[in-house]
Amino acid sequence: MRIAPSITQKIAKFMLFAACASAIAALLFVIGFVLVGGLQNVTWAFLTEPILDMGRGGGILPAIVGTILMVFVAIGIAAPLGVASAIYLAEYTLEGKATQTIRFGINCLAGVPSIIFGLFGFILFVVIMGFGWSILSGGLSLAAMILPTVIRTAEEALRSVPQNYRDVAASLGATRWQVVTRAVLPYALPGILTGVILGIGRSIEETAVVIFTAGSAVQMPTSLFDSARTMAVHFYILAREGVSNENAYATASILILTILIINITAYTMMHRLMRGRRAA
Amino acid sequence: MDRIISKLLFFAACSSIAILALIALFIFKEGVPIMVKSGLGNFLFSQDWSPLEGRFGILTFMVGSLWITAGSLVLGVPLGVACAVFLAVFVHRRAAMILKPAIELLAGIPSVVYGFLGVMWLAPIIRERFGGPGLSILAASCVLAIMILPTIVSVSIDAIQAVPRSYREGSLALGATEWQTAWRVTLPAARSGILAGVILGMGRAVGETMAVIMISGNATQIPHSIFDSVRTLTANIAIEMGYAVGEHREALFATGVVLFFFIMILNVVALRVSRRKF
Repeated sequence: MRIAPSITQKIAKFMLFAACASAIAALLFVIGFVLVGGLQNVTWAFLTEPILDMGRGGGILPAIVGTILMVFVAIGIAAPLGVASAIYLAEYTLEGKATQTIRFGINCLAGVPSIIFGLFGFILFVVIMGFGWSILSGGLSLAAMILPTVIRTAEEALRSVPQNYRDVAASLGATRWQVVTRAVLPYALPGILTGVILGIGRSIEETAVVIFTAGSAVQMPTSLFDSARTMAVHFYILAREGVSNENAYATASILILTILIINITAYTMMHRLMRGRRAA
Repeated sequence: MDRIISKLLFFAACSSIAILALIALFIFKEGVPIMVKSGLGNFLFSQDWSPLEGRFGILTFMVGSLWITAGSLVLGVPLGVACAVFLAVFVHRRAAMILKPAIELLAGIPSVVYGFLGVMWLAPIIRERFGGPGLSILAASCVLAIMILPTIVSVSIDAIQAVPRSYREGSLALGATEWQTAWRVTLPAARSGILAGVILGMGRAVGETMAVIMISGNATQIPHSIFDSVRTLTANIAIEMGYAVGEHREALFATGVVLFFFIMILNVVALRVSRRKF
């Protein structure tokens, strides 16, 4: 028996819809599961108190500070390096053997699993360079990890700048560098920032890299050479060692909310940029 | 002046390759000596992992990684490709602009949170329904399938959208339905891009660590069914790194070498495949 194409079309469309709906449902379920379990335990005190009794009591302030400092180091290195990389690829060179090799390197780096970055950071920054388990080691390792994200987004942003911006600036006698800094970069800035925000998000989510390179001290860090834990590491330790389910849920809630805000910000920025471009 | 800036930018652009080279250098330097000492064959194909006796065979962990990766692909690939086809072909552009980032957000959720969910919710269900420890290949595969979904979906959508419009229009003009067009024309034309997405997703699954540690149970054994607990290459590194010293630590770096090799091969294959045009 042969089924009419219009019927197969209906069945297929429904199955595909179901697949997509289940993916979205999984997302909502994960977010809901964490927030329902943890949001009621998130209080002002939880955000502003030190970690007591290995996480059984107190709050998570040192983990928040640790996260912010480590992200700061990572972005402080990855953003200038990544944007410079992207400027070179988009503005300063033609496609050829060299760019192909560079792009290959970026793609491969993007595929390297986080545990490898952890091993690398541990041996290079912690052991050989002697930074020990510290915010600095953690930040440097994270910088290596998020570099491809920053480069790719920044390059895309630069390439979306209309060619006449460059032509006009150049015709006024601007040098290449002046063209880039005065005409191209301001226009591409929102897109570049999107990449930086995504990099921040990746750093906040990360656990394996941080645990190997920054350790998991519970004290409030006072310098970049102190060991510290990020919120993700704190959550992992609470959950895995069964220290306190209540505090684990609460920490995960904060983590999820932060990630949601970051990703939605990045997305709306990109979206608005693209819409602006099309209207112009 | 401009020439100096150009040079500086070039050096910045080389940083990714430099980092990649440094990673390879340091991990190989730490890991390769112990591989040579144990004998490569022994290291790769022996099941005997007894760090205290100085015997390092990682076969058990490779089998563990293989099972979990295969499981996550079996579950994740059909789901991911179906999502991609639905979003690229059957949905209005407006709706796709909301739904695609929503699926990509799945990649933004920290892997420890997935692990937590697996422990608190999925593993107990599996334990009650099917017996066994619950923390198992099945649990890890389900969670990883969700984690690799964003990679597969976004690469596949790009591949499908890169198929020339004329293919689709030609097929529709011949009276084919949307589904017939998608199945017989668009998907075959986009297959190399989709395959690249699947391979990249596979790399994600092989390399995932924290979620896997939490939900695969980490038993050092060759599994007999999907309800058994296993330990993967990544999990073994992360679990033992905390207290490993001397040769034991070198052996963990050697495990990292194997992982690095495998991921690089996957990356190269994915790049090759995605460059192929229709």
